[in-house]
Amino acid sequence: MSAHSTYQPRSPFMKWLEARLPIAGLIHSSFVAYPTPRNLNYWWTFGGILSFMLAVQIVTGIVLVMHYTPHADLAFSSVEQIMRDVNYGWLLRYLHSNGASMFFIAVYVHIFRGLYYGSYKAPREVLWILGVIIYLLMMATGFLGYTLPWGQMSFWGATVITNFFSAIPGVGESIVTWLWGGYAVGNPTLQRFFSLHYLLPFVIAGVVVLHIWALHVVGQNNPTGVEPKSSQDTVPFTPYATAKDAFMLVVFCIVYAWFVFYVPNYLGHADNYIEANPGVTPSHIVPEWYYLPFYAILRAIPNKLLGVIALFASILILAFLPWLDTSRVRSAAYRPLYRQFFWVFVAVCLGLGWLGSKPAEGGYVIAARILTAWYFIHFLIIMPLLGLIEKPKPLPNSISEAVLGKSGGAHPSFAAATAASEKRS
Amino acid sequence: MKPKSRPLALTLLAFSLLLPAAHAGAAEAEQPPRQKWSFSGPFGLFDRAQLQRGLKVYREVCQTCHGLTRVAFRNLAEPGGPGFTTAQAAAIAAEYRIKDGPNDQGEMFERPGRLADYFPAPFPNAQAARVANNGVAPPDLSVIAKARTYERGFPWFLFDIVTQYQEQGPDYIVALLTGYEEPPAGFQLPPGTQYNKYFPGHAIAMPPPLSDGRVEYTDGTPQTVEQYAKDVTAFLVWAAEPHMEARKRIGFQVMVFLIVFAGLLYFVKKKVWSGVPEHA
Repeated sequence: MSAHSTYQPRSPFMKWLEARLPIAGLIHSSFVAYPTPRNLNYWWTFGGILSFMLAVQIVTGIVLVMHYTPHADLAFSSVEQIMRDVNYGWLLRYLHSNGASMFFIAVYVHIFRGLYYGSYKAPREVLWILGVIIYLLMMATGFLGYTLPWGQMSFWGATVITNFFSAIPGVGESIVTWLWGGYAVGNPTLQRFFSLHYLLPFVIAGVVVLHIWALHVVGQNNPTGVEPKSSQDTVPFTPYATAKDAFMLVVFCIVYAWFVFYVPNYLGHADNYIEANPGVTPSHIVPEWYYLPFYAILRAIPNKLLGVIALFASILILAFLPWLDTSRVRSAAYRPLYRQFFWVFVAVCLGLGWLGSKPAEGGYVIAARILTAWYFIHFLIIMPLLGLIEKPKPLPNSISEAVLGKSGGAHPSFAAATAASEKRS
Repeated sequence: MKPKSRPLALTLLAFSLLLPAAHAGAAEAEQPPRQKWSFSGPFGLFDRAQLQRGLKVYREVCQTCHGLTRVAFRNLAEPGGPGFTTAQAAAIAAEYRIKDGPNDQGEMFERPGRLADYFPAPFPNAQAARVANNGVAPPDLSVIAKARTYERGFPWFLFDIVTQYQEQGPDYIVALLTGYEEPPAGFQLPPGTQYNKYFPGHAIAMPPPLSDGRVEYTDGTPQTVEQYAKDVTAFLVWAAEPHMEARKRIGFQVMVFLIVFAGLLYFVKKKVWSGVPEHA
């Protein structure tokens, strides 16, 4: 976005427009000529997948709103009406509810890719922090959205999560009453949650624009973690990255479609097909799967206030990662110790997720405490320490060298291809 | 993970020690037996005759206490359902008395049901349902097949994604309907409840609803509790998910399209990158 555009309008209309609003040039420099490292692997395609999922959620959401009624007495029935009587309503609703899960699967892959390849390190700290903000907004949006069908899990999930704020000393209870718009979760809560659920995706879209802007200023990281040094190290975004992204996006859609058409309720809870009833508490209240690791952290701490603090800290700590990691080497490919601790961390997160779905009793609590401790140790002790004690493997001098070996990148056909594509653009 | 993955190995070891310990804390509940359903799997379809028998069981047994208020009579004649003709569905509707109004005199009145009507609720309100049933309101059955399940446990819940096993709800309902038995010695059964092997907590307020020969089948299907339970459950699965057949049919079309499209894109990508050395 910052780069000077090489776009040359051809038609008189585009020349006229470009002189007044250089939007075509902006798009061209951002998504066509934009140089991407030539060694990006498939883990780098999830950014595009995430943009696609945001669009899917907004489009299906807007149509669902045309049929949904945000009222405590009518919400559950209106969702059933969508499932039964609206043309392809079942499809819209399953696309939207499973779309949220797919969105989170993609974002987790995206985040762990960033962790593995050190994508958060200078000069990409702001890019990373914007990503953490998007993730937080996604969590808020997902939570608000899960309330809307007004089933038992919607109602009790909302009750449990909003009750976090009651842990704040002194003003906690007042804050919760203010959030609820009453003395319990009820119709005012549902209506404000609906309003915010419609608002936040557009906030996400705004932060995504900032995220992409920041990305295009600093450029993409790559599996070597070595910055591109010459045009030998990069290929133009179109057609190279677009072709790769498009292929992976469709593969991702196969998984998405599998859930939507074949196991549409797998990722939800049976209890949410029971209409909300303030008088009956479900036997155990479990949030959506994508919050489970954090739910496990919350319940691992015996003190409510400290539990809530740990919960928020476990997410916010990500924002400080660029400064907690002391290693000068980005990619785990050249960090033999970090690479192992990375996989341990992945296992810990999966373990916390599983524990989050279990009742907080007996061995589960002990396991959750150990894994919670490790979660924070990973960021607060291991990451700073590793950079000091680890002996990284020798880095390649450039991406081309890493890809092509020591002989360097002077491959005639490729040089010709890049030159040709540069001329085209 | 080739060289020296000691921390990873240690974690796996720790996990293998932790998980059974964690498991020991959870009480094991009896799992409902797996049933064979015509509607399971990617090409599953409802058995029309079974749905019609299930409707009969619902009307002659369940309906006294349980509503089906989100299902309309017109649904009975819609594609992917029990396969009644519009005339048959209208005839079923006409057997019900529907409260309507107010009329021009400002009064509520009763009239025979029409296709557009929904199955009427058996009780005027939740309080009436409770007082007539020992203090427990019988749940509406419209989405009950999706609102009940049982825990599959690790690692089965992961396999279920691939095998598309999603009939936990119906399997549980069949198990519940056939799971009445004498309480084990020493089990304190609260007054007004029955012992059921599969009901959480075992003390269920619903008396055993089915008995052999209670509903007459004219097509030679055995008139057993087991058969009734399966038939009414299949009917309730359709009631909860009336567009299931369309979903799976469209799903297959979407899958074929996506897989072919992905294949083509793979070759596009290969062609585009063919000029870049060390990439394919």
